[in-house]
Amino acid sequence: MLRYVFRRLLTAIPTLFVIVTMAFFLMRVAPGGPFNQERGLSPEIKANLEAQFGLNDPLWLQYVHYLGNLLRGNFGPSYNMPDFTVTELFAKGLPISVQLGASALILALLLGSVLGTIAALNQNKLGDYTVIALATAGSTIPTFVIAPVIQLLFGLTWKLLPIGGWGDGAFINKVGPVLTLALPQIAIVARLMRGSMIESLRSHHIRTARALGLSDWSVVVKHALRGAILPIVSFTGPAAAALLTGSVIVETIFSIPGVGRYFVDAALNRDYTLVMGTVVVIAIFTIVFNLIVDVMYAVVDPRVRYD
Amino acid sequence: MTDIAAAAPAIVGRSLWGDAWARLKANRAAMFSLYYLALIGLVSVFGPWFVPHQYTTIYADYVRMPPSLSAYPKPDMIESALNDAIKRMRVDIKEWHQEGDHVFVTVKSTKPIDDRNIRYLDRSDAFDDTKIESKSPDGLEATMSASVKQQYFLFGTDNTGRDLLSRTLMAGRISLAIGLLAGVVAVVIGVIYGAAAGFSGGRIDEVMMRIVDVLYSLPFIFFVIMLVVFFGRNFVLMFLAVGAVLWLDMARIVRGQALSIRRQEYVQAAEAMGVGQRGILLRHVIPNLLGPVVIYMTLLVPQVIILESFLSFLGLGVQEPMTSWGVLISVGAKNIGTANWLLLFPAFFLVSTLFALNFVGDGLRDALDPRDR
Repeated sequence: MLRYVFRRLLTAIPTLFVIVTMAFFLMRVAPGGPFNQERGLSPEIKANLEAQFGLNDPLWLQYVHYLGNLLRGNFGPSYNMPDFTVTELFAKGLPISVQLGASALILALLLGSVLGTIAALNQNKLGDYTVIALATAGSTIPTFVIAPVIQLLFGLTWKLLPIGGWGDGAFINKVGPVLTLALPQIAIVARLMRGSMIESLRSHHIRTARALGLSDWSVVVKHALRGAILPIVSFTGPAAAALLTGSVIVETIFSIPGVGRYFVDAALNRDYTLVMGTVVVIAIFTIVFNLIVDVMYAVVDPRVRYD
Repeated sequence: MTDIAAAAPAIVGRSLWGDAWARLKANRAAMFSLYYLALIGLVSVFGPWFVPHQYTTIYADYVRMPPSLSAYPKPDMIESALNDAIKRMRVDIKEWHQEGDHVFVTVKSTKPIDDRNIRYLDRSDAFDDTKIESKSPDGLEATMSASVKQQYFLFGTDNTGRDLLSRTLMAGRISLAIGLLAGVVAVVIGVIYGAAAGFSGGRIDEVMMRIVDVLYSLPFIFFVIMLVVFFGRNFVLMFLAVGAVLWLDMARIVRGQALSIRRQEYVQAAEAMGVGQRGILLRHVIPNLLGPVVIYMTLLVPQVIILESFLSFLGLGVQEPMTSWGVLISVGAKNIGTANWLLLFPAFFLVSTLFALNFVGDGLRDALDPRDR
């Protein structure tokens, strides 16, 4: 197992390299530069700035420099927020995004599994249809509709939650964003769980367990759940990577100072280093979570072995 | 005997598509959604011509009017509209009253009143057909009449006083057109690429699919934003490009299908009977590929519509005064506390369309799945 993890981490290096290379050159062939849009920047100052950040070097040299810095863990300074390095920006924003994303993911996994199981146990009855209807709604209504509606209902009409802001991480400020992030995921988990649970309940060992007179609770929780949970595990990988690296929409609407907005703002301002930093962070999260998921497979399902 | 044999109806087998259609028709949710989509499509394409307001016309007197089934101006708005217009004439109101749908106003001034002043009443969004009824001999007093212009804003008006109904319908045109456009581009590229990989097999297939894997590993949003950066705010070009990004899934699906169809026994049988490559392609492969392609397309269109809304929400998509559901929703989200209809109407249109597309997609999947009879 350890050897497998090690091998996977080794193969992640070329993947990461390809991603970094593609992102670097894609970003550079785009027209414009980091110091083009600031009005009133005299040509001399612009030239000085570009010289300071090495933007006048040949592209391949810049690429080599960037890779060298990256290997030493140095993401470089942000061009558009000159007082901060990219590392500092992530140190500030990432914990916030991770907190929200992780809470949403946990909520989605718990609530989604419970709803999906309820639906599976009441197949083609009222409970099932209710869950299916909720799940369809949750996965079709886009986040940028859910978020303002939550603000309208909970913030303005019932005055239960603040409309936005981080509030230094006060619990009440997190409810809205976490709910918005979690709702679509709850829908997906519930659907997956319903499908796999129905299948799992049909299998022979469940029939045997019932024949042995085990209680419903014990049949479902101890025996059926273990077989049904695999699709949820594989869902968790990409979902975690996406949720923990922040959502542009949710962070914009609720004014959360996370990393979700970095990507969009940085790409539009040609803040090369910040874009690259975001690409690398997202790629690392994706690789790591996919690895965790594959390891979890073996934990959940003893038939899966990595040798 | 011969009579009976002739009268017995010949058993006509149902073709794949005939069967799929029959099964789709039995699915009430899918059929209802299909009709609903047709309705939304018709209303979006033809509706803007039937709404009395242009989607760009600004009614300065009707900014942020709530939706209403009765006509504007409301009775209590006439006086303030009148006051505003008269103030611009730089004269004073002596008296005004309303008879039916006409208002009569008597104004006085310290200087003789110019007849051309009536244009100030005409310019107001509330009045029309202004006439001078009578003038006092010294010209310091005049009575004017104007008809009250009845206008309906069923969905209310937006922040600059534009009719939300016509804007929502116009937005529907754009959102649906973009969804179809990018969807078709993605399907065409995906089918050609996937089919090429699946048919070539071997080394070529391997290389082509590795390319897809690499493209997959880049964050999708990065791609889209790079496209925005490249193509600027030209949204037609941009959505051709978005379509060109979304083909990856399609290529994988088609390749998988093509590989598995080639290994089917009926294809081997056809080959054994001497049917050429072209015949196999036309008779066996393409009809069997169409099912998944059609299903995927119905799932792709809502994806593109959401993507467009998402970009427009960030201010990167469709630009004013053109509009799309995403643009309207983003404006609505910003005004949610004071003018919630700006969010509710466009959001309802968008969400109900996405729902319907979803149900049609599910229905098609059930109808075209040969294993599920």
